[in-house]
Amino acid sequence: MTSYVQDAINAVYVVAVLVFILGLKAMSGPSTARRGIVYAGAAMLLAVVVTFASPGLSNFLLIFVGVAIGGLGGWYWARVVKMTAMPQMVAMFNGMGGGSAAAIAAVEMLGHLSDLTSSSLSLAGAVIGSISIAGSIIAFLKLQGWMTSKPIVLPARQVVNTAVLVVGVGFGLYALVVLHTFWLLPFYVLLLLYGILLTLPIGGADMPVVISLFNALTGIAVGLDGFALVNGPLGDAGYAMVIAGVLVGAAGSLLTLLMAKAMNRSVSNVFFSAFGATEETGAAVQGQLKPIDAADAAIQMAYANQVIIVPGYGMAVAQAQQKVKELADLLEAKGVTVKFAIHPVAGRMPGHMNVLLAEAGISYDKLFDRDEINAEFPATDVAFVIGANDVVNPAAHRQGSPLYGMPILDVEQAKNVIVNKRGQGKGFAGVENDLFYRDNTRMLYGDAQTAVGKLVSELKKAT
Amino acid sequence: MAADIWTALFIALLAAFVGYEVISRVPVLLHTPLMSGSNFIHGIVLVGAIVALGLATTPLEDAIGLVAVVMGALNVTGGYMVTVRILAMFDRSKGKGGAP
Repeated sequence: MTSYVQDAINAVYVVAVLVFILGLKAMSGPSTARRGIVYAGAAMLLAVVVTFASPGLSNFLLIFVGVAIGGLGGWYWARVVKMTAMPQMVAMFNGMGGGSAAAIAAVEMLGHLSDLTSSSLSLAGAVIGSISIAGSIIAFLKLQGWMTSKPIVLPARQVVNTAVLVVGVGFGLYALVVLHTFWLLPFYVLLLLYGILLTLPIGGADMPVVISLFNALTGIAVGLDGFALVNGPLGDAGYAMVIAGVLVGAAGSLLTLLMAKAMNRSVSNVFFSAFGATEETGAAVQGQLKPIDAADAAIQMAYANQVIIVPGYGMAVAQAQQKVKELADLLEAKGVTVKFAIHPVAGRMPGHMNVLLAEAGISYDKLFDRDEINAEFPATDVAFVIGANDVVNPAAHRQGSPLYGMPILDVEQAKNVIVNKRGQGKGFAGVENDLFYRDNTRMLYGDAQTAVGKLVSELKKAT
Repeated sequence: MAADIWTALFIALLAAFVGYEVISRVPVLLHTPLMSGSNFIHGIVLVGAIVALGLATTPLEDAIGLVAVVMGALNVTGGYMVTVRILAMFDRSKGKGGAP
């Protein structure tokens, strides 16, 4: 009897895993992506529901309470949050997954510490899960603005961080050797601390890599927990976790590498170099900044054949995407071709700009990747940079610059460049941007929302 | 006993390749939904959390298991909702923007 129930549950797990893979596959095309997530959602619901029927399970009241609190909380939170807060929400929900994996590992180790195979796998899952939740929470705080998004560099951090990690893992291993669960306490404390210390020196602009890596790490932690569970009485749930976790771990690692490559930096450079904490000195910039007012900028754009808009984090901060949409519509009404050039690491999470522009209702076939659009800049009358800096910095072509080798949008080649910027500060990398000093560049100062708003009203006046 | 671990290892190996292949050609446009969607899929951790709490025997295990279930449920529903909201916007922009 019991085995039939288990067979039925297993069949559901198999179907769920299949649908996860198909769902993830569907995510790689815009027209199929929505179907993919809905099917994956249904499969997940089914997998969770049948798990309740697992033979030998007890504690149902607690499980219901937990699922209700977490489920309703997550559902509500994700519904009410503003689109502009998406990066930190993704970081937070991902951190929760890591925390869950770390907690499952703790329960497993408390229950069967003497099963060495299972305990060491749980320990590994706990290491990665703890780093993921602590790091994700720091990323959340930075992105939410509750903590400075600048790199926080502590003295001797490489030595201290490594010591915290090594001693922490040492406590965990000691617990397995002496078979005493007390030593798991300092293990968890130090590993959580390591996650915090690891993320503190990483600045806001590197967040796309960080969020993506923690996502992959949570996947791996879930997979390791799955390994630890397959030995247990309800081992079959473990296989589903192994597949789903490793699937995400691999997909997430690939995305992380893509992000790092888009900045021409290695993942370890992102994590360990405290990039952006120091400013480049000595690189001389010639010329001066030439301001432009909204009226002149509007005229220049209105008489252009093609305008390419290059959005950056400044647009996201000022929540200017709706104004940008208005601007694009007005220009198109005047017969101007408007395109958007999107750098892979513009903003604070992978694909951040695409999401914001989509929210404003801008069709995604007007958005172009770096490779697609770079050849078009020389034939473009006006390139309009909104709150982007490092991704258009020609210093990336200059040997010796911290940005050297980063693939950038070649905005400098456009006939005219208008740069919207709040002030005269440097970009995240701390490198002076000589694009702003070029003869064909004009600076449109102000908060992106206000500045683009002025352009819109100037264009409306002209019609 | 150890046979289960070996089986799981073989499965993991294949899953890693599937994960890599499945998204190796994804456009920048879909980086966010992909990340958020895979964030949702590792929400399968909730199943593990339910099993862990369901088999827990001491009050301490109960408490930690409850934390695992709450966090797993947050991961799963939050990850799902965020992904659906992002993809819904892409749909709308397609309808409104009008392809050239």
